[in-house]
Amino acid sequence: MLNNFPLWPQQASTLAGRVDALYVFLLIVTGMMTLLIFICVVYFAARFRHRPGVRAEQIEGSTPLEITWSAIPFLVFMVIFAWGAVVYFKERTPPADASEVYVVAKQWMWKVEHAEGQREINELHVPVGRDVKLIMTSQDVIHSFYIPAFRIKQDVLPGRYTVEWFRATKPGIYHLFCAEYCGTQHSGMVGDIVVQEPAQFEAWMNGGSSGPLSASGEKMFAELGCATCHRNDAGGRGPNLKGVFGKPVQLEDGRTVTADENYLRECILDPGAKRVKGFQPIMPTFQGLVSEEQVNALVAYIKSISSANAGEGVKSSASAATPQSAGKVQPNGSQVQ
Amino acid sequence: MSMEIAIPQPAERETYLNKEYGVWSWLLTTDHKRIALLYLISITFFFFIGGFFALLIRLELLTPAGDLVQADTYNKLFTMHGMVMIFFFLIPSIPAVLGNFLVPMMIGAKDLAFPRINLLSWYLYIIGGVLMLHCMLTGGVDTGWTFYAPFTTNFTNTNFIEAGMAIFVAGFSSILTGLNFVVTIHRMRAPGLTWARLPLFIWAHYATSIIQLLGTPVIAVTIVMVAAERALHLGIFDPKLGGDPLLFQHLFWFYSHPAVYIMILPAMGIMSEIIACFSRKRIFGYSFVAFSSIAIAVFGFLVWAHHMFVAGMSVYAALVFSLLSYAVAVPSAIKVFNWTATLYKGSIHYDAPMLYAFGFLGLFTMGGLTGLFLAALGINVHVTDTYFVVAHFHYIMVGGAVMGYLGGMHFWWPKISGRLYPEGWARLAALIVFIGFNLTFFPQFILGYLGMPRRYYDYSHMPEFQVLNVLSTAGATVLGVGYLLPMIYFLWSMRYGKPASDNPWNAAGLEWKTASPPPTFNFDEEPVVTWEAYNYEELDAPHTEEVRVAR
Amino acid sequence: MPDSTIVGLHHEEQHHPELLHHFADPQQQRDASSLGMWVFLATEIMFFGGLFCAYLIYRRWYFGDFAAASKTISMPLGATNTAVLICSSLTVVLAVWAAQTARRTLLLGSLAITMLLGVTFLGIKGIEYRDKFVEHHVPGASFSFENEPVPGHPGQYANPHHAQIFFSLYFVMTGLHALHMIIGLGIFLWLLMMAWKGRFTPEYHTPVEIGGLYWHFVDIVWIYLFPLLYLIDRHP
Repeated sequence: MLNNFPLWPQQASTLAGRVDALYVFLLIVTGMMTLLIFICVVYFAARFRHRPGVRAEQIEGSTPLEITWSAIPFLVFMVIFAWGAVVYFKERTPPADASEVYVVAKQWMWKVEHAEGQREINELHVPVGRDVKLIMTSQDVIHSFYIPAFRIKQDVLPGRYTVEWFRATKPGIYHLFCAEYCGTQHSGMVGDIVVQEPAQFEAWMNGGSSGPLSASGEKMFAELGCATCHRNDAGGRGPNLKGVFGKPVQLEDGRTVTADENYLRECILDPGAKRVKGFQPIMPTFQGLVSEEQVNALVAYIKSISSANAGEGVKSSASAATPQSAGKVQPNGSQVQ
Repeated sequence: MSMEIAIPQPAERETYLNKEYGVWSWLLTTDHKRIALLYLISITFFFFIGGFFALLIRLELLTPAGDLVQADTYNKLFTMHGMVMIFFFLIPSIPAVLGNFLVPMMIGAKDLAFPRINLLSWYLYIIGGVLMLHCMLTGGVDTGWTFYAPFTTNFTNTNFIEAGMAIFVAGFSSILTGLNFVVTIHRMRAPGLTWARLPLFIWAHYATSIIQLLGTPVIAVTIVMVAAERALHLGIFDPKLGGDPLLFQHLFWFYSHPAVYIMILPAMGIMSEIIACFSRKRIFGYSFVAFSSIAIAVFGFLVWAHHMFVAGMSVYAALVFSLLSYAVAVPSAIKVFNWTATLYKGSIHYDAPMLYAFGFLGLFTMGGLTGLFLAALGINVHVTDTYFVVAHFHYIMVGGAVMGYLGGMHFWWPKISGRLYPEGWARLAALIVFIGFNLTFFPQFILGYLGMPRRYYDYSHMPEFQVLNVLSTAGATVLGVGYLLPMIYFLWSMRYGKPASDNPWNAAGLEWKTASPPPTFNFDEEPVVTWEAYNYEELDAPHTEEVRVAR
Repeated sequence: MPDSTIVGLHHEEQHHPELLHHFADPQQQRDASSLGMWVFLATEIMFFGGLFCAYLIYRRWYFGDFAAASKTISMPLGATNTAVLICSSLTVVLAVWAAQTARRTLLLGSLAITMLLGVTFLGIKGIEYRDKFVEHHVPGASFSFENEPVPGHPGQYANPHHAQIFFSLYFVMTGLHALHMIIGLGIFLWLLMMAWKGRFTPEYHTPVEIGGLYWHFVDIVWIYLFPLLYLIDRHP
């Protein structure tokens, strides 16, 4: 089988073609540059090899030539840069209506939970032709969720969410790798991405689910007593969370942040950090009391009661940072404006 | 070779080698040439340790299953391979050996500005090296040479603090070398040796020193923070305590990206010397080559975050760093074009150093051009942390820096040892290294684009990668032979090699105007420079041409 | 300098006794030494720069917590130490001038007073460290920072984790600074001994000069550390 000696990775997402096109362009450009240099070196080396009695001709240099061979490569580089940036923007901007899958990484496994409540380990089932957004966090060290056939990769960090997205184009089973070194069994942190036809996927999805993620989030919201303060009206001791997701929030210290997944997550785990204007600092931290999966469920629930925004895109650090945050590290990816 | 023309040297002519004997005359020497040899021995030792680890890594990857060593062992192997090769071989290699030996001679000085600091820097290197060895012997470290937080600070069970101390101490050795070079180049040049007359080797070392001086302290203080975090759980890099692991990556790469230029710039300096000498020509576009070194040193500090495009950084920051990465590619391209243009209408000799230079040109070009792939954001997402990156930086740091180092060793070996190595073996070794290198690392580009991640010891999940891995391992074996050969014939030549004349290549440059091996204070008379660099036209004027032919 | 024009090499007896063999003349030696120190200080700036960078980022994120933590370190002690160091810079300048003008007593006195001020600084720093230790503000297992109010935000208490980051940076930065002070004291002790032996002359006093440069640098670092660490949000 040719399978034993592949030279080109499978193309199984809408992004794969875009990345490959740029890659081929670069192969041609750099191939030509390499060839040009190699031919010159070999030709000069042969043509001007030492012959007794023939002396080298001293040439000082040539400023026009220097400018030419600085400017032309630079222009070519700028084309590559721009093309690369366009592809990157595409990769980093999840479509607004993508279906959401929560991923929790830990040494050394991937725990996956679909918004519909299906759970998987080291496997991810997705349908062909649908945009899927992964909302990922890590329980311990940095991991990286890498699907070569889709040409996507995103580091998964502890303490915050990062996102990536794709739309699979071909049914099949593809590799899932952890690409950021994470300890002993780093190379064992691999899995399969199972891309199915929509009908098959639906059938798989309907088998043995414990109900949607937002429903377990709702249950937890009640169990943890969140609802006593976060009431569905304006009278609560905490802000009303209905419709809050995706909206700007005024903070006590005068800043405004967008209530994205990272903000909600931070509010659960470190309520004092970005307190909403007009509320007392009375909320206890849930750090250590809820697991990463439970935080995901709570976030999914809060998103689900923001029905007006239900389909709106998530502005999280990796997907669409504001220009103000360029070049800075954000502790948790929330957009501070 | 030069028996007829070399003035018969009385056996007792005093050189830096035979001035004094005994262990202490070496261990307490302040002579930059002796210190260079101390470094040569120490870095060769670490090179073969690091190479041994590399060989074990390649053997493990011969089969998809993790069968040769255990997962933890493998992780320690690639970590120690990286740390040893980068901090204990590549960074000191050219500057501390050839730079130490040649910088004072090339500028007509009797020694570096601070000879005792130079010796101190070797001792710091040795202390760092001993710590590293001790760390290896007591279990090693499995953090990867990049020692990312929070894995290193909170999760690994291995003794990172000792490895960190080793790197910290070796870092100060590197800083002191850079400090010595900057001061020496500024203050100790011979009369008449203006900046525009400096050999490009000196320009390259000047640029390198700037990076060593301004980059290394940042990694030092980062190691302090990581060690403190690891020992006391302070929270500086721990997200559970409010810290940010990305801050670590920014600080780490702020040094570790410019560190790549610490490794490659001196090799570029060597290339300029060799190509000029064996083309019998002044370097094409001298000032462009000189200033491109400085440009690389400056731009090199502005591109660190291109290692972090998928780390969770903002899209806009990624744009800026990608753009700047293309900017830093331009000066490297300028150098390659100028070297190529230097060959034009030259009178090209194919001695062993020149073969290494050809090898360097080929490998560095490929390494540099694959950097364009990595700097392209869209492609970077796919290939970062895969074998594509591994192949790319080995093309630069092994194909470029080590090839340059070997070329330089061959070029200046007659000056260093006063002996000639066997030319045939040297040419053969150059060929073997070139072939072995490409066989080892070219398949890794393909593996990387296929998606094989770095630092995997077991790829039984994707057995289709085996053929390329077997090729790579086979290449590594060839490469290993190619690296052993020069060590053998250099050692052989110290005893059996023909005595070298003062200037066996008829090369320009002050270092060739003194005896081989040089006397302790380099020059019997203080040189006064009245000529431009690379004055091969004068050297090859008819009356010296016969000398050249006689070789 | 009668021997500054000598070209021949091995006539060391003709050289100034402090001229090292590999320098052409004392001027070159002086220039090299002082450039060496300046270059070294550039390195030091980058060394502290990494810490300042980490500090500034966290201070921006956790301003309230940093302000609360900053309130618990003693501004009077810090201010006293600032004054002590500024005075020591003055005595260093006096020492250099004394060496240049061959005033031996003044040189010895200035060096001694500088060292005394340096020791005072370290003593006060020790008191501050002891206070932090007693208050359990030293990062680590016994760290505690409960119920410390955030200045300007009544009813809000600092996040102990973030305060711990402040104290970590406080100890690392002031600790490294103190280490530099100790090294500086070592250098000055050596200078004092050399001066005692009368080794410094108007022609040869480079060690005093570059030792002084180092001392000034250490002072300047403190001039930055003091407001950054002690004066966060401290308006009356």
